[in-house]
Amino acid sequence: MNEKKTLATTWLDGCSGCHMSLLDMDERLIDLSQQFDLVYCPLVDQKIFPPHVDITLIEGAIGNEEDLEKIHLIRERTRILVSLGDCAVTGNVSALRNPFGADAVLRRVYGEPTGTLAQVPKIGLPKLLSRVRPLHDYVHVDLFVPGCPPSADTIYTVLSELLAGRMPDLSSVAHFG
Amino acid sequence: MTATPAVKTFVIDGVDASARSEQTILSAAREHNIFIPTLCHLEGLSDVGACRLCLVEVKGARRLLPACTTRVEEGMEITCNSPRIAAYRQMTLQLLFAERNHVCAVCLANRHCELQSLATSLGMTHVEIPYRFPSLSVDISHERFTLDHNRCILCTRCIRVCSEIEGAHTWDLMGRGIQSRVITDLDQPWGESDTCTSCGKCVQVCPTGALFQKNRTGGQCCKDPSFLPYLRTMREEP
Amino acid sequence: MTTLTEELDQITAKVQQEQQAAGDRINVCVAAGCLSLHSDAVQHALEAETKKSAARCAVRGVGCMGLCSAGPVVSHEPAASASNENATRLYRGVQPEDAPQLVASLQGEPVAKLAISSQLPFFTRQTKVVLENSGRINPESIEEYIATGGYRALMHALNEMTPAEVVQEISASGLRGRGGAGYPTGLKWATVARVAGAPKYVICNADEGDPGAFMDRSVLEGDPHRVLEGMILAAYAIGASQGYIYLRAEYPLAVKRLGIAIREAKRMGLLGSDIGGTRMNLNLEIRLGAGAFVCGEETALIASIEGHRGTPHPRPPYPAESGLWGSPTLINNVETYANVPPILRRGSAWYAALGTAKSKGTKVFALSGKVRNTGLIEVPMGMTLREIIFDIGGGVDEGHTFKAVQTGGPSGGCIPAAQLDIPVDYDSLMQAGSIMGSGGMIVMDDSSCMVNVARFFMEFCMSESCGKCIPCRAGTAQMYGLLTRITEGTATHRELDLLTRLCDMVGATSLCGLGQTAPNPVLSTLRYFKNEYLAHIEDKHCPAGVCDCTASIAEVAQ
Repeated sequence: MNEKKTLATTWLDGCSGCHMSLLDMDERLIDLSQQFDLVYCPLVDQKIFPPHVDITLIEGAIGNEEDLEKIHLIRERTRILVSLGDCAVTGNVSALRNPFGADAVLRRVYGEPTGTLAQVPKIGLPKLLSRVRPLHDYVHVDLFVPGCPPSADTIYTVLSELLAGRMPDLSSVAHFG
Repeated sequence: MTATPAVKTFVIDGVDASARSEQTILSAAREHNIFIPTLCHLEGLSDVGACRLCLVEVKGARRLLPACTTRVEEGMEITCNSPRIAAYRQMTLQLLFAERNHVCAVCLANRHCELQSLATSLGMTHVEIPYRFPSLSVDISHERFTLDHNRCILCTRCIRVCSEIEGAHTWDLMGRGIQSRVITDLDQPWGESDTCTSCGKCVQVCPTGALFQKNRTGGQCCKDPSFLPYLRTMREEP
Repeated sequence: MTTLTEELDQITAKVQQEQQAAGDRINVCVAAGCLSLHSDAVQHALEAETKKSAARCAVRGVGCMGLCSAGPVVSHEPAASASNENATRLYRGVQPEDAPQLVASLQGEPVAKLAISSQLPFFTRQTKVVLENSGRINPESIEEYIATGGYRALMHALNEMTPAEVVQEISASGLRGRGGAGYPTGLKWATVARVAGAPKYVICNADEGDPGAFMDRSVLEGDPHRVLEGMILAAYAIGASQGYIYLRAEYPLAVKRLGIAIREAKRMGLLGSDIGGTRMNLNLEIRLGAGAFVCGEETALIASIEGHRGTPHPRPPYPAESGLWGSPTLINNVETYANVPPILRRGSAWYAALGTAKSKGTKVFALSGKVRNTGLIEVPMGMTLREIIFDIGGGVDEGHTFKAVQTGGPSGGCIPAAQLDIPVDYDSLMQAGSIMGSGGMIVMDDSSCMVNVARFFMEFCMSESCGKCIPCRAGTAQMYGLLTRITEGTATHRELDLLTRLCDMVGATSLCGLGQTAPNPVLSTLRYFKNEYLAHIEDKHCPAGVCDCTASIAEVAQ
């Protein structure tokens, strides 16, 4: 019955800027949204990643164990997996912590500002991986969309082409890094 | 005995071409509008054949040859762009991106970077080689310039321009292999260098954001090395 | 006025007379291997003991006798049988406290607890050309070298042959470069001789740096004049009047003995101006390498001699046309030069009769690893790996099985048991995915993990890469990282695929031989021991029990 493609988006270790850029498509989003069902997204109230998704846009890199678990699940349930933005494609700003290590980050965030009473939370905080890495270090990625963030035009090209059943050629609209 | 002809004829990417006998494959190719990517080469500096991006296939040669240091020869058949070469060039770029911390989004040279634009023009979409994420320092001791080792690709243009054009030889290399890095004088902070004339030529020839002028914000680090061939020509004996 | 040739004859007669007068000879190996086991103390004890007992015998320190695993090695040549090698007695593991017993035995039966038979295959299967004097003469005495016929080839060439005839003789011998690549030596000499331009330089590459290789060191420590004579002949052949020996500073004993040899040769008029009364001049100097493997690459070596950073540059131009300070330069390895005097002394036909059709002569190997008789050996080209490892080397230890032999150092490869019957020559080793290299031969048994072996060599290449070109600098580091992931059990087929492609890319695009050959240990182990790679990747299991394959994928920190 339903011929619309299913679309999911999520953010992992990133700043949500790519999703802001997605919303920057403005009125084009209204036209585009006729062509898909949004089945999972940080901006909608769906808690479980559905079993069969046509296209998933992922913003952010893999930085903690929860990200790692998620990406494997999403990969399993997605037909076309898109690395959206530099953090997903290269690690980018999220990976800036790598030369210092995860412990240094936790100490800086939870330790230094509040002095002696400070401690790293033991519950509710997924364990940080020793290195933040791009998605394709763990799972197969079908399309890489560079940019920090990718422009609204680029995302529009990506979505409209994918929804039309074509693999977009980004060489003229995007720039590596 | 006949004198060696001053002009050589050869075939480059299927096109019959000619060049003066002292010309390199690279300069001949550029005259014929054939694209060969380069990073360590810069018009006006000596060539070192280090970045390996300009490797071309020459029929009959056992190995790929660097276009920047190989002179044209009579009857050469040169292939500048083949699937094999394209794959090697992509991998070379990937090795560079993975070697240090090239975070384009927060780099002053973003969109004005030769490494980045080569990646785009060679169709690189991602780096499949594992990033190494080394811990590297930034030298801000100089009054006007900054050296960020995270962005350095060790092309040695700064070393060559300082030694060959400015005549100061402030820059050099220390360490070897993956531990190599550029240094000023005997590894002193740049700001304490006795030999640096603060001419800024190194900054202008740096292909990435490793050397940049202070007081600029992201994406404003435009480089202009076009003064080099001019300087070199003007200094040549008449 | 006596000519130098007559002088050499007089020295020979005098040395022989002295040796006869001195009676028995006790030779103590004082090359680096035995010296590290304090053979100098053994020598002193023997000297003291002979003095005390007034035995008619001379104690001398000599170069390597080969069987390094049995050090300190001492040999006893009875006076009556100076020409009869079979009468020579060999002793192993000699300690200073053994001196009285040894000296007491000179006229009687050999000391049983120390004796080793000189009829062991280790000795009888070897053919010594380069090492003919090693272990038999005092390397610090030019007279003893002369007494073995030394510098006669040089005098003959200077007086009777034209430079072109010398080149011709080397070409006819079929000698190929012993440094690794096997380039025909005669062709190299002819090229440098033909190139117009002066000055020309002759360089000896003594920057032996392969892990497990000590051939050149042993030659320089045991018979340095042979190398000098070879170099002087080369200089005559190509028309050079200045030469350098690029020697690694980690070989202090070789530095010392070569220094003595150069001084002595100068004193004799065999180096310097008007050599042997002819118009030939040659000045030789030692240049010490500061411990960079890449400086064994000829263009890097030249840069280092010139005082620059030791990094290679693209060839062409080749050193033969534009080498040291832009002049035509001949670079040969220590062992190559050491082959030159016997070729000229005994003729190219004699030399060409040794070895195989395309690989002439003998080759010195440093046999090490999981083999009983580790040490220095010299065999004719064409001997099979099996004969070398099992007959000469004595095979692997009880309870273990042979797995592979690594030849050619970090540029070479691992050859499996199934290929043990291939003859050792340049082409056969190349076909088997390895190279002759400079002569390192490391034996591995079932307790060696081949992935770990590949990783070891890659670590070596990574830390020895000069860093000039990207594929070698960053590529070796990446390949090392990928091999580490395989050994720690966090790799998948994706990493293996990437490793394979990097091997191809680094080999094809690197600037110099170091990077071009760096993938070889990986490629050859992948070719013959892929199952070991797969066991690490799929089963997280190291078949040799060397690697701990239990790291977590999430914690990969490379």
